[in-house]
Amino acid sequence: MLAFLLRRVIQAAAVLAVVGLIAFAMFRFAGDPVNQIVGPDTTVAERAQIRTDLGLDDPVLVQFVRYAGNVVRGRFGISYQFRQPVSQLLAERMPATLELAFCATVFALVVGILMGVYCALFRDSWLAGLFQAVSLIGISLPTFLIGILLIYLFSVTLGWLPSYGRGDTVRLGWWTTGFLTASGLKALILPSVTLGLFQMTLIMRLVRAEMLEVLRTDYIRFARARGLTTRAVHLRHALKNTLVPVITIAGLQLGSVIAFSIITETVFQWPGMGLLFVQAVQNVDIPIMSAYLLLVALIFVTINLVVDILYTVVDPRLRLPAGRTA
Amino acid sequence: MTETILSVRDLTVAFDTRRGPLTAIDRVSFDIGRGEILGVVGESGAGKSVTGSAVIGLIDRPGRIAGGEIRLRGERIDNLSPEAMRRVRGRRIGMIFQDPLTSLDPLFRVGDQIVETLRTHTNLSAKAARTRAIDLLAEVGIPAPERRIDGYPHEFSGGMRQRVVIALALAAEPELIIADEPTTALDVSVQAQIITLLKRLCREHGTAVMLVTHDMGVIAEAADRVAVMYAGRVAEIGPVASVIAKPHHPYAVGLMGAIPTLSQEADRLSQIPGAMPRLTAIPKGCAFNPRCPKVFARCRVERPEPIPVDASRVACHLYDAAEQAA
Repeated sequence: MLAFLLRRVIQAAAVLAVVGLIAFAMFRFAGDPVNQIVGPDTTVAERAQIRTDLGLDDPVLVQFVRYAGNVVRGRFGISYQFRQPVSQLLAERMPATLELAFCATVFALVVGILMGVYCALFRDSWLAGLFQAVSLIGISLPTFLIGILLIYLFSVTLGWLPSYGRGDTVRLGWWTTGFLTASGLKALILPSVTLGLFQMTLIMRLVRAEMLEVLRTDYIRFARARGLTTRAVHLRHALKNTLVPVITIAGLQLGSVIAFSIITETVFQWPGMGLLFVQAVQNVDIPIMSAYLLLVALIFVTINLVVDILYTVVDPRLRLPAGRTA
Repeated sequence: MTETILSVRDLTVAFDTRRGPLTAIDRVSFDIGRGEILGVVGESGAGKSVTGSAVIGLIDRPGRIAGGEIRLRGERIDNLSPEAMRRVRGRRIGMIFQDPLTSLDPLFRVGDQIVETLRTHTNLSAKAARTRAIDLLAEVGIPAPERRIDGYPHEFSGGMRQRVVIALALAAEPELIIADEPTTALDVSVQAQIITLLKRLCREHGTAVMLVTHDMGVIAEAADRVAVMYAGRVAEIGPVASVIAKPHHPYAVGLMGAIPTLSQEADRLSQIPGAMPRLTAIPKGCAFNPRCPKVFARCRVERPEPIPVDASRVACHLYDAAEQAA
């Protein structure tokens, strides 16, 4: 187990190193950052001065080593547009994104699994048919359109929920949370549903398909033959076996929920990392872009690792004794 | 015969298809007494397993019991509500499936699966159930049961898993066990062990057994009586020694003749010409008439009813008094 973990951690580090190289390369290939900082009437001498200050004159290798060293220590450079450390900018916005991603994931998992289980157990009911139809819509409509439709319905027409922002937040140390105020919670609903809808339909369809598969297996037949209650057969034996593959997908989806909250954050003007990234792209603010790239890679790699570990917790067959290979 | 445990009368099972109902089991009747092992043999598709599933109330849709009755100790069980039937399963009728590798839920410890079964049917405490589970594992011949009880199914070999399955089937001391090809998936050497175990347990507990198999060796070894099935009907039923040594029904004669023996010097194995009819095309009269070497006119028109011949009951016009006289 320890060897397995160590191997996975080394693999993760390798992935991050490659992403770091790409993130660094962005500085070289995404245009001259100096032009973005200065006005048209800046003198050549001043431009040269800025260039030297930012270390853009040094050899590529020196720059990369310096970059990597800084990144490891959590220094992602100074944002061109805000003139603030990128790490500070990201830290300010991270709570908003993480809270949104958390709510979206909980929504997707809870509703997706419930609907999936229902569809598998009562596959011929009209409600299962309705869920299936709704899931098709969820999977095929683009996120921004769903967001706009929800805003139109619940904010503009009904006036129940706010259409943008986080509402009132409470500061807990460096973390700002919207969970503690009514307006903060209300503001979370629409963006969470928008962000989680795609994952929810995906999980629903996956759970349904897996569960139908599991219900056909011998051990479910045998569980019935043992006279177990329908509830025990369905919710203990069938559901647990269904969730083994679902964990992988759901875990990976959590990564993409964080990474691709960009669109939802833009639609709802949600003050998170995604919105920061979109603004950075518009302004060619490369330090923010590269830091965001690294952060997303880190999140994905971490989640992958956690999913692998979770797998062995759920499925005893994967718990290999030390020294034996699969 | 001693007390009758299971009594099946004119059991008919139909599968509803788009082209109308298909009769898979057609008016099958048999009894099993206390402590008796009834072997059920026949080719694949003869309806052996479906009969077993019908008795325990686990016919998969779209199959249904279309007629006849099943009595357990005189009490009708074919028309019980699903919940009442669930209480019969595991408690009064145990079942053993063909493939021990897939009969156990891979995600649960074997002990937990036994405890779960026990606690569903009895009001044992968790601790008492665990003690009983260890006793059961010891009884089916699993070494070091107090340690193996916490093992997962994948940590057991095929033969050991079938022992666990038998322990599960016996957990609540049922009156009847349906063993559906319990040895087919096992090594020959393990087969003998499992059959011996099954025989011993049933003798000790006085459990009636319906042993479904296509292996005549297993029947000869284990069964007290044997029912030969053909195309969803019972062709011949009688004491195992007489059916094997002196079969009456032409199909049973062919089946016994097809068993190769070591003393036989023939280059070719004998076989019954032709194949069993499909359910959609069962011939009128006796189902075996197209392949029967002794067919005569009446066989093509009138279905033979079982009549007593020596110690057996045989469904064949050849043994009808009227035909004998003629």
